Amino acid sequence: MVELLVFYFFGAVLVISASMVVTIRNPVFAALFLVLCFFSSAAIWLILQAEFLAIALVLVYVGAVMVLFLFVVMMLDINIARLREGFVKFLPVGIIVALLMLVAMSLVITSGYFNREEPAIQVSQVAGYSNTTQLGKALFTEYLYPFEIAGVILLVAIIAAISLTMRKPRSNKTQQPSLQVRASKKERLRIIKMKAEPKQDAGGQSS
Amino acid sequence: MLEFISQNVFSPLTAFLLPSAWQPYAVYTLETVTKIVAILIPVLLTVAYLPYAERKIIGYIQNRIGPNRVGFFGYSLAGIGQPIADAVKLIFKEIIIPTGANKTLFIIAPILSVAPALAAWAVIPFNDTLVLADINAGLLYVLALTSLAVYGIIIAGWASNSKYAFLGAMRSVAQIVAYEIAMGFALVGVLIAAGSLNLGEIVRAQEGWFIHWFWLPLLPLLGVYFISGVAETNRAPFDVAEGESEIVAGFHVEYGGMAFSVFFMAEYANMIIIALLTSLLFFGGWLSPFHGIPYLGAPSIVWLLLKTSFFLFVFLWLRATFPRYRYDQIMRLGWKVFIPITIVWLVVAAILVVLEVPPWFK
Repeated sequence: MVELLVFYFFGAVLVISASMVVTIRNPVFAALFLVLCFFSSAAIWLILQAEFLAIALVLVYVGAVMVLFLFVVMMLDINIARLREGFVKFLPVGIIVALLMLVAMSLVITSGYFNREEPAIQVSQVAGYSNTTQLGKALFTEYLYPFEIAGVILLVAIIAAISLTMRKPRSNKTQQPSLQVRASKKERLRIIKMKAEPKQDAGGQSS
Repeated sequence: MLEFISQNVFSPLTAFLLPSAWQPYAVYTLETVTKIVAILIPVLLTVAYLPYAERKIIGYIQNRIGPNRVGFFGYSLAGIGQPIADAVKLIFKEIIIPTGANKTLFIIAPILSVAPALAAWAVIPFNDTLVLADINAGLLYVLALTSLAVYGIIIAGWASNSKYAFLGAMRSVAQIVAYEIAMGFALVGVLIAAGSLNLGEIVRAQEGWFIHWFWLPLLPLLGVYFISGVAETNRAPFDVAEGESEIVAGFHVEYGGMAFSVFFMAEYANMIIIALLTSLLFFGGWLSPFHGIPYLGAPSIVWLLLKTSFFLFVFLWLRATFPRYRYDQIMRLGWKVFIPITIVWLVVAAILVVLEVPPWFK
C-alpha cells in the first residue's frame, strides 16, 4: 500500500515536472524541472528495486549532463519574445512529430512487453540478489556484442565532438602549463657580474 | 538501546494514537528518524567544531594562537565557545536578497547544497553492524550524492544576479565536472579490488593489518581520490570557486547570515564525508592497524574516527601550506594528469586481482 502511494507521488511529480519542462518560459527553470523529472524517474526505478539503474541515472544525467546543460543555458542571453514567435509556422511539423511519437509509443505498449504474467517469486527477493551483479553479467555475457558496439559509437561521438571544436586554427592565446612547469632557472635568470659603481656624491640623499 | 526506546516509548505511543494497521509503519518511521538524529547530531557538532579546529591548527602552523577568547562562564577555555558564538551571530543576522535576484532559487540554493552532504551519511557504515541503510550500491549512492552538491553552487551563482557570483559558479561547475570523472575512476579501482559496491563489504575485503589495506595496491588511486576530494569540496588549494582575491567570495558573495552559514556547513560536511570515505575505502575503515594483537587489534569505531580525523587534519594542513592553484593548471591536472593515471591504474588493479596477488587478493 505504501509502495503504491510512493509510486503515485513520484509519478505525479514526474508528469507535472515533465510538462513544466516544455511549458515554462524561463529556460533555466526548464532545465531545473528536467532535473526534477530525472530524479522522480530514478525514484520510480528504486521502487522497482533497480537500484543500479536509478543511481546511475542520477549520477550520469543529474550529476553530469544536466549540470552542463545548465552551464550553457545560464550563459546564453535568450530573448524569450523571439523564441515564442513562429508558433503557428512550426505547428504542423510539431504535430507530425508528436503523432509519430504517439504511434511509436503505442506500438511498444501494445506489443505485449508490458502485460507479461507476473512471476510467482520476484527474482529480486531471492537472498543475496544484487541488481548490479545481474546487470553486469547480462551486459558482459548475453549482450556483450551490442554493448561493445554502443561503446564504439560513443567513442566515435567523442572524437567527432573534439574534432569539431578543433576544426578552426587556434585563434586564442593560451598558456602552456607544461612548458611553464618545465622552465628552469637557467632559461629565465642570468646573473651578471659587474663592478660596483663609484658613489656619485658622498653624503647626498640616501636611496 | 534503540530497541528499548522502541518497545517502551514508540510502540505504546503509536498504539495509543493510531489505528493498529498503521502502527508498524509508524514505529518503523520513528525508529528510522531516531537513527537519523543519532547520526546527524554528532555530524553537525563536528561541522560546528571543525572550523574552530581549522582556525586553531592553521594558527599554530602560522605561528599564531588562533581564536582563544570566547569561552563559558568567564573562562576562556582556549576559545572553545567560538563556534557557538559564531552560530548565534549568524542566526541573528538579516538575510539580504539582492535586487533582481530570483528569490525562490536564491533561498533553495543553500538547501540544495547541504541536503546531499547530509543525505550521504545514510549509507556510511561506522562498524560491522552500525549502518543506517546497508544498501548494495552504497558506493555509487555516495558518488551520486557528492555529484549533486554542484547544484547548490550553480543555482546560487545564477540566482544572485551578480557577476562575481556567476563567475564563481561557472568555475566551480567546470572544476567539479572535471574532477568527478577522475574521482569516479578511482572508485572503480576500489570496487574492482573489493568486488563489491557495498561499503561494508569493501572494508571487510581489506581484512588484516596496515599492509593489507587497499592504500598500498591502489596507491595512485588513493592520491587521485583524495586530491579530487579536495577539489570537489572546493577547498584550498582548489578553492577558485570562492577565490577571494579575484572574485570576492565567488558563488556565495551575496549571501549573509544563516543562508551563508548553510553553505559553510555543506562544505565542512562534505569534507568530513571525503575524509571518512578515504579511510573506509583505502585505510580499512574500522579495522585496527595492529591486527592480531589482543585488545589493540580489535576492530572498533575508534579507529575509523581516528583515521577520519587524520584526513581532516590533512585537509587543513593543505590549506595552510599551498597557495591557490591557477585555474588553467587545475583543469590540466584534472583532465590530462589524473584521468590517464586512473585509467592506467585500473588496468593494473584488474591484473592484480586476476593474478590474485597476495597479501591483498586471495
